[in-house]
Amino acid sequence: MTLELRGITKRFGPLVANDRISLTVNEGEIHALLGENGAGKSTLMNVLYGLYQADEGELVLDGEVRKFAGPGDAMAAGIGMVHQHFMLVPVFTVAENVMLGNEATGFAGTLDIGAARERVREISQRFGFDVDPDALVETLPVGVQQRVEIIKALSRDARVLVFDEPTAVLTPQETDELMGIMRQLRESGTAIVFISHKLREVRAIADRITVIRRGAVVGEASPTATNAELASLMVGRPVELTVHKEPAQPGPDAFVVRDLRVLDDTGHTHLDGITFSIARGEVLGVAGVQGNGQTELTEAIMGLQSHVRGSIRLGEHELVGRSVRKVLDAGVGFVPEDRQVDGLVGEFTIAENLMLNRSHGLPFVSAGTIRSGVLEEFAQRTLDAYDVRASGIQAKAGQLSGGNQQKVVVARELSRDLSLLVAAQPTRGVDVGSIEFIHKQVVATRDSGVPVLLVSTELDEIVALSDRIMVLYRGQVVGIVPADTPRETLGLMMAGERPEGTAA
Amino acid sequence: MSANDETQPTSVEEPAPDPKEPRRDPGRFNGVLREIVVGNALVSVLSVVLAVVVGSLMILLTDENVRDTVGYIGARPGDFLSAVWTSISDAYSALFRGAIYNTNVEGFEGRIKPLTETLKFSAPLILAGLGVGLAFRAGLFNIGGRGQMLLAGAAAGWVGIGMDLPLVLHLPLAVLAGALAGALWAGIAGFLKAQSGAHEVIVTIMLNYVGYYLVFYALSKQGLLQAPGSLNPKSKPMPESVILPKLLGDRFNLHLGFVIALVAVGVVWWLLNKSAMGFRFRAVGENPDAARASGIDVGRTYITVMLIAGGLVGLAGANQILGTATSGITVDLDAGIGFDAITVALLGRSRPLGILAAGLLFGGLKAGSFSMAAAEGIPVEIVLVIQSLIVLFIAAPPLVRAIFRLPKEATA
Repeated sequence: MTLELRGITKRFGPLVANDRISLTVNEGEIHALLGENGAGKSTLMNVLYGLYQADEGELVLDGEVRKFAGPGDAMAAGIGMVHQHFMLVPVFTVAENVMLGNEATGFAGTLDIGAARERVREISQRFGFDVDPDALVETLPVGVQQRVEIIKALSRDARVLVFDEPTAVLTPQETDELMGIMRQLRESGTAIVFISHKLREVRAIADRITVIRRGAVVGEASPTATNAELASLMVGRPVELTVHKEPAQPGPDAFVVRDLRVLDDTGHTHLDGITFSIARGEVLGVAGVQGNGQTELTEAIMGLQSHVRGSIRLGEHELVGRSVRKVLDAGVGFVPEDRQVDGLVGEFTIAENLMLNRSHGLPFVSAGTIRSGVLEEFAQRTLDAYDVRASGIQAKAGQLSGGNQQKVVVARELSRDLSLLVAAQPTRGVDVGSIEFIHKQVVATRDSGVPVLLVSTELDEIVALSDRIMVLYRGQVVGIVPADTPRETLGLMMAGERPEGTAA
Repeated sequence: MSANDETQPTSVEEPAPDPKEPRRDPGRFNGVLREIVVGNALVSVLSVVLAVVVGSLMILLTDENVRDTVGYIGARPGDFLSAVWTSISDAYSALFRGAIYNTNVEGFEGRIKPLTETLKFSAPLILAGLGVGLAFRAGLFNIGGRGQMLLAGAAAGWVGIGMDLPLVLHLPLAVLAGALAGALWAGIAGFLKAQSGAHEVIVTIMLNYVGYYLVFYALSKQGLLQAPGSLNPKSKPMPESVILPKLLGDRFNLHLGFVIALVAVGVVWWLLNKSAMGFRFRAVGENPDAARASGIDVGRTYITVMLIAGGLVGLAGANQILGTATSGITVDLDAGIGFDAITVALLGRSRPLGILAAGLLFGGLKAGSFSMAAAEGIPVEIVLVIQSLIVLFIAAPPLVRAIFRLPKEATA
């Protein structure tokens, strides 16, 4: 089946999310859609899937113009989607999930679960998946859950499969396996749209690459193009992909964590006795698949977790048991992993957000009153220094793009005298230009002699910035290794395997 | 491979809404709820307009002339239309005469008296509205205005009847006692929320009952608050030394309470817009997660906010017993103001100046309703209906926008 998008335009008010996008995907072809976060890839796919209606343009399947009123229509026409965030019911079995929305029923509406089970087995066999139809989805590893999504799409005879950022939640090994599956699907004649912003993956698997920037197609590229070519096409200007940094000049250990345990309110252990230290002027990267204790680690340092045992020492100070404010006062800068939840008050102005963690005294507050002159002057200076693109310091933070929001958070944290920087996912959902900028700031902070704890699920980011890498798996340290450790080894470690010759 | 920069949409400064962006609940007041509580002033004004229109229809339905003329509307439509006009214009001119300026009496003093009545009625609404609105800004629903006012009135009244001091000491002490009682009563809700996460809506509502029966008990018991020798649940009248002085002489009922309300508006405005404490209140209200991660003690903020909010509502209670209803403490001294305050805060969008305007409007409606009833026989309840309709429209901003064909706010 050949899918053709002709001049698709989608507007949200004054915002043009898709501007006359045309795209063809042929049978047995993997067509990659490359673009930054917010470039309009997902909007385009939601138009294709019937979730949005295009304002202009048409959708052509095998030479026939189609209109989809909803995902049901799209599925019936043979379009399947594997969502980034799986659309599965965790407490249902694999077979139940696969039949959901398309239930085969027998007498008086009884579900024919046997048929669904058979379907799962048959598709699994065809592609060599090892999926038990009766397993509960919530008990399955993320990679297998994704296969359930694929099976679900194939069970409706999808001839066009859309993968929306499918590798975001996978370990490098799982990513490799997924690529194997995608190749297999291609051999069997499925047309595949692969949405990603990861250059490495796109080049590895795509037959054709279409690059989207600011809602419009800016060019096609072949998989033989270099990373730099693709990146500059994606961003619209030459991009520095590698982070330039001098070798670290680590000083004495300044930040020491010993036997740290974090429990949640239900008594479940999230961090199970982890020990590490960071020297002055060193970046320790924390690698791991999402949900292996990284969030709890940063929150425990910041005093945001309530059941913390063990010791976290910053210089002379013990941080465990301190309030968030006292931790901040000890000179800890914190870039939280989700800026919209923990980092910013969306309804506050940029200026107000810049003083969010300094409302208790000088320089911005004296005698209980906000010194608006000082704040505005500081905000204006910061806006310029950090190149935050906004209408002004009175612009509301919630209206900025992800990259500019993150710059506000980073600016707020780095404008204080720091003795430790904790940066969690500092570039998630941030455009390439801002990524460059934020990375430089992290390296500059390190070079000024501050220990840096960097948490990221993007292995590329960890490798680029870290001086040493600590891998977390299920709340434990798998190992702490040098930054030049091969990716394969890191990948195995992220899956919990302790490679030989490394000390935990 | 061509980078066709010309075809780029120039309007795209901000990227398209991207489902991949991790977007969790940004705070307690998101979406429609946020719009209702702190949304824009235009919807407030239009809600009042709509409420008046619907209120007019109800006035027409209760008007006998209109009902009679509609019987022969086919034959003489002019009669019907003129009856409609008379009904509406009479009603609203009576409202105007009762609330602002009475053209039917002799002398400037008599004519301007309705305006002073409006100001008198608005004072407790403004004070209690500030108490509710301030809590809203910190993300808390203070539904306990009634209980806070009752406790405050009882405390202020108790200081009034139980002590014998000169006015310069006695009155401030009584007002302070009222504010403190209100603060403590609301503070219970703040404390429980900070300590255990108990929802302030449920706690404040329940404290209304507790407060009501507590005051009722004290008023029914000799030796506590009940007037000596009386069997009614009522205290002695307030002595002269605690009664809020009249502002414009004895011919007018307007008393110092209105000045207290104006000062409170100023103080709350400064608190919310200029002070570091108010900054933290707003941060907690808009995004408690970010506030917490920024070192703001969210639990302590909840307690502080409720103490101040209760203190403001307490001033409204003191205003009643020491200024408007000085004949003695009763369990009705709140006169529904504890709940009307919620309406005032909503209409004023939880902003001090908005609350001032909303309080004046509701004070005017209250003052005018009596003259509407007296002159035109329109039931006093019609004003309550209009007030309720205002809240209804404010609570449904999409409805108001649809009726007036307003675009959806980009800045919501």
